[in-house]
Amino acid sequence: MEDKGEEIKTQKATLVVQSGDMDKLYSALIIANGCLSMGMEVSMFFTFWGLLSLKKGGLSKAPLSRMNFLGLGKWMVKRRMKAKNVRSLESLFKDYVDLGGKILACDMTMEIMGVTPKDLMDDLISDYCGVGTYVMEARDSDITLFI
Amino acid sequence: MIGETMTEILIDVMGETCPVPLVEFRKALRKAEKGDIIEVKGTHPASKREIPMAAKALGSELLEVTEEGENWKIRVKK
Repeated sequence: MEDKGEEIKTQKATLVVQSGDMDKLYSALIIANGCLSMGMEVSMFFTFWGLLSLKKGGLSKAPLSRMNFLGLGKWMVKRRMKAKNVRSLESLFKDYVDLGGKILACDMTMEIMGVTPKDLMDDLISDYCGVGTYVMEARDSDITLFI
Repeated sequence: MIGETMTEILIDVMGETCPVPLVEFRKALRKAEKGDIIEVKGTHPASKREIPMAAKALGSELLEVTEEGENWKIRVKK
C-alpha cells in the first residue's frame, strides 16, 4: 500500500455497507474510491444484505432500492448507465482493491445466513471480523458512513 | 541532479465519468516516481476541478490546466 515518495498525513474513512441494493452499493463504492483517490485510507464493512452482495455472482443480482419493478427499472437504469459510460460495480470493486482499500466481512451475518468464505468473492476480502474491529477502525476515522 | 530521469505518464479518460478520471489519476500517481509528470486528458467537468484538489491533497504540484471546448488537460508533477 506504500506509495513511492509520498509524504502525506493519512486520513481515514470507514463505511458500513448494510444494504445490498445496486444504487447504494454504487454510492458506497464511488465514495470509497473517491476517498482513496484523495489519499485517504478506507475500510468497508459488509454486513447483512451488503455482505450477501459479496457472494460469487451477487453483484449482478443487486436490485434497485426503489422503482425496481421486478428488475425492469434496474434494466432501464443499467442501460442508461451504460450509455453514460458508468463503470460496473465489479470494476469499481477492482479499482478499490487495487488502490489499497480494505473489505471486511461481518462473520455474524455469515453464521446467520449460512455463508462460508468459499461462497464469497474471497480474493477481494481482507478479513472476516466482528463489531470490535469496526469500532477500532471507526474510532480514528475522519469519515464514517452507514449505507 | 546529474542523471535524474523524468518520465511522462499519459492518461486518457476522454468520455469517462465519475469516479473514473479521479481513480485513474490516483493509480498513475501511486506508480509514478517523485519528479515524474502525469498528464490527464478528459471530458468529465467535475474531474477538471477535483483532480487538482486530489493532487494538492497528495502533496503533488499542479503544473497546468488547459481547456479546449469540453476537453481538458491537466499536468501534475509528483
